[in-house]
Amino acid sequence: MNFLPHTKEDIAHMLGELDLPDIDRLFDEVRAALPQGEMPTLAGASEFELRHHLWDMARLNGRPDQTPCFRGAGAYEHYIPAAVPQLISQSGFFTSYTPYQAELSQGTLQAMYEFQTMVCELMGMEVANASMYDGASALAEAALMALRITHKPRLLVAETLHPHWLQVLQTYTANVQPEIVLLPATDGVIRTETLAGLLNDQTAAVVMQNPNCFGLLEPIREIGGKLESHPALYIVCAYPTALGLLTSPGEAKADIAVGEGQPLGIPLSFGGPYLGLFATKLEHLRQMPGRIAGVAYDKQGRQGYVMTLQAREQHIRRERATSNICSNQALCALAATVYLSLIGPAGFKSIAEQNFAIAHRLAERLTSLPGCSLAFKQPFFNEFVLNLPVGADEIERELWDDGIISGLPLGRWWPERKNQMLFCATELITGPSVNRLIAAMEEALG
Amino acid sequence: MKALTIFEKGRPGRHTTYIAPRDIPEGLLEQLPNTSCREKPPAFPEVTEGEVVRHYTNLARKNWGVDVGFYPLGSCTMKYNPRLSEQIAGWPEFSAAHPLRPARAAQGWLRVMYETERMLSHLCGMARFTLQPAAGAQGELCGMLMIRRYHAERGDTRNTVIVPDSAHGTNPATAALAGFKVITCPSGANGLVDIKALGKMVNDQTAGIMLTNPNTLGLFERDIQEICRIIHAAGGLAYYDGANFNALVGRFRPGDMGFDVVHLNLHKTFATPHGGGGPGAGPVGVVAELEPYLPVPLVKETAEGFVLEEDRPHSIGRLNAFAGNALIILRAYVYLRLLGADGLREVSGAAVLAANYLKQRLMGTYEASHQGRCMHEFVLSAIRQKAFDIRALDIAKRLIDYNFHPPTMYFPLTVPEALMIEPTETEDLETLDAFADALIAIAKEAETDPELLHGAPHNTSVGRLDEVEAGRKLNLRWK
Repeated sequence: MNFLPHTKEDIAHMLGELDLPDIDRLFDEVRAALPQGEMPTLAGASEFELRHHLWDMARLNGRPDQTPCFRGAGAYEHYIPAAVPQLISQSGFFTSYTPYQAELSQGTLQAMYEFQTMVCELMGMEVANASMYDGASALAEAALMALRITHKPRLLVAETLHPHWLQVLQTYTANVQPEIVLLPATDGVIRTETLAGLLNDQTAAVVMQNPNCFGLLEPIREIGGKLESHPALYIVCAYPTALGLLTSPGEAKADIAVGEGQPLGIPLSFGGPYLGLFATKLEHLRQMPGRIAGVAYDKQGRQGYVMTLQAREQHIRRERATSNICSNQALCALAATVYLSLIGPAGFKSIAEQNFAIAHRLAERLTSLPGCSLAFKQPFFNEFVLNLPVGADEIERELWDDGIISGLPLGRWWPERKNQMLFCATELITGPSVNRLIAAMEEALG
Repeated sequence: MKALTIFEKGRPGRHTTYIAPRDIPEGLLEQLPNTSCREKPPAFPEVTEGEVVRHYTNLARKNWGVDVGFYPLGSCTMKYNPRLSEQIAGWPEFSAAHPLRPARAAQGWLRVMYETERMLSHLCGMARFTLQPAAGAQGELCGMLMIRRYHAERGDTRNTVIVPDSAHGTNPATAALAGFKVITCPSGANGLVDIKALGKMVNDQTAGIMLTNPNTLGLFERDIQEICRIIHAAGGLAYYDGANFNALVGRFRPGDMGFDVVHLNLHKTFATPHGGGGPGAGPVGVVAELEPYLPVPLVKETAEGFVLEEDRPHSIGRLNAFAGNALIILRAYVYLRLLGADGLREVSGAAVLAANYLKQRLMGTYEASHQGRCMHEFVLSAIRQKAFDIRALDIAKRLIDYNFHPPTMYFPLTVPEALMIEPTETEDLETLDAFADALIAIAKEAETDPELLHGAPHNTSVGRLDEVEAGRKLNLRWK
């Protein structure tokens, strides 16, 4: 299959207008300039054949409805109302591109404006952009922005930040080479006293994540209080679902708030596409990366939307742009906008409460197993670290033999934590799947 | 009528329940310390599902898409997006898979990624690809960081990158983000890199060059091997921006041109939907010498099956939290397998034929940036129409009245009043002719009724919006 509409006659007509005998002649100049490389010999397939092949591939991943997943660690499975994928799959949204022609893109532009509003509400911040690639790269851009604003060389980063996010931050800042100082944790969280000891006039920003990489609640409000009178910027990474219950970055006096927007109506998708959330204070607007939609009027006074403040962006400013980002995650931002409209403020709060309750119930059940206990005493949201009497890798293996995806073995990230597992329970975890998990754990722990 | 935002619809208390609330044990929520709790709830809309569906259905109707009509946006490759890809991307075996699943539970996913990587490597003449970058610009960053690392590991502190004046804005922005000083290389009168000027520009500080080929004028850089030789002789590396790969796919390989690093835009050449500005994917390929620097994780084949390899000591690190925009990669995989290598060869042939045909039909009426053949796109200039006080913008807006999406405007920057047209291979002859007829009719209108063009578009929900005023009186959120 190749989706080409040109008949032999059409091709002959076009070639005739060009006075050429065949299509290959259009490439004469290229052929003359290059050696002929070896081309792959992959054969094409019909839709029917290929779908059969893909069934085989899909089966290798297992049926998700039969494989309960107790894993979070930066990607969270939440309920997605049926209307979300339906609405975002409409041709007008899904087969359009960046809204360069505002008159033909009012749908995308208004949705961007609504998305920005929702991110501001979610985060408790003043302005937001129209999306970044994912939470981790949004944090990296936030750090670059803080370095630009403050002209200071040091980043104080909670060591309880998701380790992949820290790696992305390091990759993105490789050329600026800020001094990245890790704030050590005490009993799984950062203490304000620890921060006070490391904060100095060389600090560009302090980076906190809440809940942190162990699922624990950080004192983001107390730290915000400490930083209020300090020139360093305060960057808070938030988990959007948790914000139905937990202090918003704005309430914690954050200067920049970022987050992974995937939990807002976007499927796990083996890691992407996800959605970077990015919000800040009005005073930093012009240093913000990414696209921004704003209200505009036509000559007749009709209200519409345009991409605004484009002088920050690469297509205008080139090497002096605030970021190189061009295509972002527009359709994922639309999914989040639709999701938040559907669940509304009441649903948003209720989902957060249920996550909290279900995870706490799970923790209770798991800690009643022999040799299992919570690794930390701190309050948590919907994720917690469980100490196991045996290696976590072994438990992971045995549970998958029963078709269960266990919590994440933490030895993967920290060798000294090889007997620990990070468990997550969202509103999708049902009583029967918890019973299955407990039965399988009992057997695995023998 | 004013188009209301979703926030202006609904009533307090309207609500749809998607998950039956389960009992929350008494006193449990009170265990949360007060300082950890949110005080001000977010003011999300309170609307029914019916209102939400109607609202976003109406917004979708205010948008143009490839499914709606012709979308000849230069450098964006707005081709038809096959629906099989959408169906497969919706299968929960793929879409509901957690990114940190044990490898044993993700063999289908890892095989799709592994095979996609191999196919892209073959098509580009590269040793390996990373699928991690989420978009072209992130692919560029990935590539430039690898080039930086390559030099650094040789104890070399080269810090300049050469970018032609016709390049996409992301190229200089990326080079700067990767810490390089950008040097702009002028195009010659023929629209191609001036290799004499280039020869004088390179020195022991040259880390590399970023090039699009065909370039943004739709012209093939025929001295490409010499360009790469000049860069290599100076000790630099050559980066290929694959935004325009649709012109060559299945026929020619960037590796054979002499490039060391290549990014592809899966949402362009490989037919994944553009989504209103993403998500796309920007995989990056490298020659064997640069393989150690690829970001983590990479899919690796072992005796026990596929795994995600994390431990790569020379890697530039990680660009996103997980392995990339997997559902976009899956869509591209479907496209690659449907077409096969021969199908892709037909794609580039038909894309270049369509562009040349359209150019031929329009050259009498509009000034072309360059005479002669083009590749998959071409640039017209509206300078003849300037005599009637008509600008490229007016022509673009008038095209909307004729039911076409306008071409890319005012880019590349090297052409005055530029209209950059990329028809793609999936548009039929009737559409190409109708578009050419419209542009010819508009050129006549420019002479006889310029006001008609100045006032265009006439039938959209809003007319031309005042962007300057929008930038001055900022309204960036509903309140």
